[in-house]
Amino acid sequence: MLELKNICFSADGKEILKNINLTIDDAKFIVITGPNGSGKSTLAKIIAGIITPDSGQILLDGQDITELGITERARAGISFAFQQPVRFKGVTVKDLITLASGQELSTADACQYLAEVGMCAKDYIDREVNSSLSGGELKRIEIATVMARKTKLTLFDEPEAGIDLWSFQNLINVFEKMHEEIQGSIMIISHQERILDIADQVVLLSAGEVKQIGTKEEVLPGLFGMETGCRYFMGGNK
Amino acid sequence: MLNDIVKNLLQEVSGMMNIPTTGAFNIRNNGKSEGRHSTENIDIVPKADGTGLDIYVKPFTKNEDVHIPALITQDGVKEVVYNDFHIGEGAEITIIAGCGIHNCGCDDSVHEGIHRFFVGKNAKIVYLEKHIGEGDGNGKRIINPQTHIEAEENAYVEMDTVQLKGVDSTKRISSAVLKDGATIVIKEKIMTHGEQYAETSFDVNLDGTGSSAKLISRSVARDNSRQLFRSKINGNAECYGHSECDAIIMDNGVVAAEPEITANHVDASLIHEAAIGKIAGDQLTKLMTLGLTEKEAEAQIINGFLK
Ligand SMILES: Nc1ncnc2c1ncn2[C@@H]1O[C@H](COP(=O)(O)OP(=O)(O)O)[C@@H](O)[C@H]1O
Ligand SMILES: [Mg+2]
Repeated sequence: MLELKNICFSADGKEILKNINLTIDDAKFIVITGPNGSGKSTLAKIIAGIITPDSGQILLDGQDITELGITERARAGISFAFQQPVRFKGVTVKDLITLASGQELSTADACQYLAEVGMCAKDYIDREVNSSLSGGELKRIEIATVMARKTKLTLFDEPEAGIDLWSFQNLINVFEKMHEEIQGSIMIISHQERILDIADQVVLLSAGEVKQIGTKEEVLPGLFGMETGCRYFMGGNK
Repeated sequence: MLNDIVKNLLQEVSGMMNIPTTGAFNIRNNGKSEGRHSTENIDIVPKADGTGLDIYVKPFTKNEDVHIPALITQDGVKEVVYNDFHIGEGAEITIIAGCGIHNCGCDDSVHEGIHRFFVGKNAKIVYLEKHIGEGDGNGKRIINPQTHIEAEENAYVEMDTVQLKGVDSTKRISSAVLKDGATIVIKEKIMTHGEQYAETSFDVNLDGTGSSAKLISRSVARDNSRQLFRSKINGNAECYGHSECDAIIMDNGVVAAEPEITANHVDASLIHEAAIGKIAGDQLTKLMTLGLTEKEAEAQIINGFLK
């Protein structure tokens, strides 16, 4: 279980997160949504230890991890798929997946993760994670990488970005399978209604504040009340 | 019989475990030949004045390797070696050169290897060169290789050069002149530590129509080490030239890149790219989110970069 208590963060004199309180229960699937610039990525980075909040507390299974660095949090069981995956010259897809899994992996094992994100493993496993890969390919490799970690909490920042419609259904399957197999908590930052559909809980963030927490049906109407709200939704409304 | 120091160094430089009994090779140690062998197609002939070797590869020789490692395992050895490669038309071979210096003494050891390649029409060669310094003496390990290539029509030359540890000072000078349709690919990987200094200089003349050159340098400068990368490509015909210098600096490392590209022909297409900087912060962050420490992440990134 992850608990955020009174998290505040400012940068350049601007309040980016204002007193965030949020709990992600074990084995829960939550989606964070909200307009661009509302602070979603910042929140994920605070959970992963990449950004240190100005105040507030972060607890993982009751243990205070606020002071822990990125490495310790990763080892404590937090994984994070970046909104913008990082490119590396010379580091291959297999290297990344192997590092993520924390153990020697056979090529067949590593390929399994790629297959799950709908990539033909033999075409990619020895490729360098460099600028020769397209945005959508990088995103899927990023997802395969965090899947290999099998941690109790996994954060995905806009995993659907750059992924075509055909692969999208695959992605939904990936999240559902992960949820079942690891029995861990999953937090996805997303604007996609089909991802909201499978969430246990939807959290609406706006201007650095939690505006609403509830089911998709409860939260969606709130979105349309917001000035910029519905424009960010690709999936249409109901 | 080779002693263990020589054997280890030999293996590091050339991959050979001992003096082979077949194939074309010459093993040089402290200025003397420890073994030499020619084959039907590849003749290795010492120069009359003792300054090096002439290596003759018959036209259309295929699937053969030439090993010519040069080792220095005593301190205070200073040598200049001239090796000339005469590659016959249509031959396709791999040449494994390289130099290792083991210096436990207090006097500097210096190897200057001057290699000239005369590559015949349609020939295809891969030239591998690995430079290593070891031993704990105060004497410096200095390697200054020169590679001069003349590539005839449609010849293909690939040169892979690696220097990852222990060489205190190096000045590497490479030049190439390419005729019609000839191609050269040079890949260089360098890592410097401590107070080391490495200098690289490429000088390529693309004289022939359809000739092309690709120079790729990847380097890491750590501690107080310094590196200078110079490349000069002259496009004198319809040709394609590309040089790329990619360097990571750490600690107080210094890297300078001085590219020069000159198009002397309206159909010459020349590109230079240079990027120098420390390891990108987001690369470290990504690997740390996978559970690596900052040091481990750094090692992985450098490893991949120089792979
Ligand atoms: N390091 C920073 N310095 C200044 N402003 C920042 C910094 N990081 C994020 N911001 C700003 O904070 C706001 C929230 O950003 P972000 O968390 O990326 O939003 P979201 O992911 O919801 O689109 C944006 O206005 C962004 O420009
Ligand atoms: Mg974002």
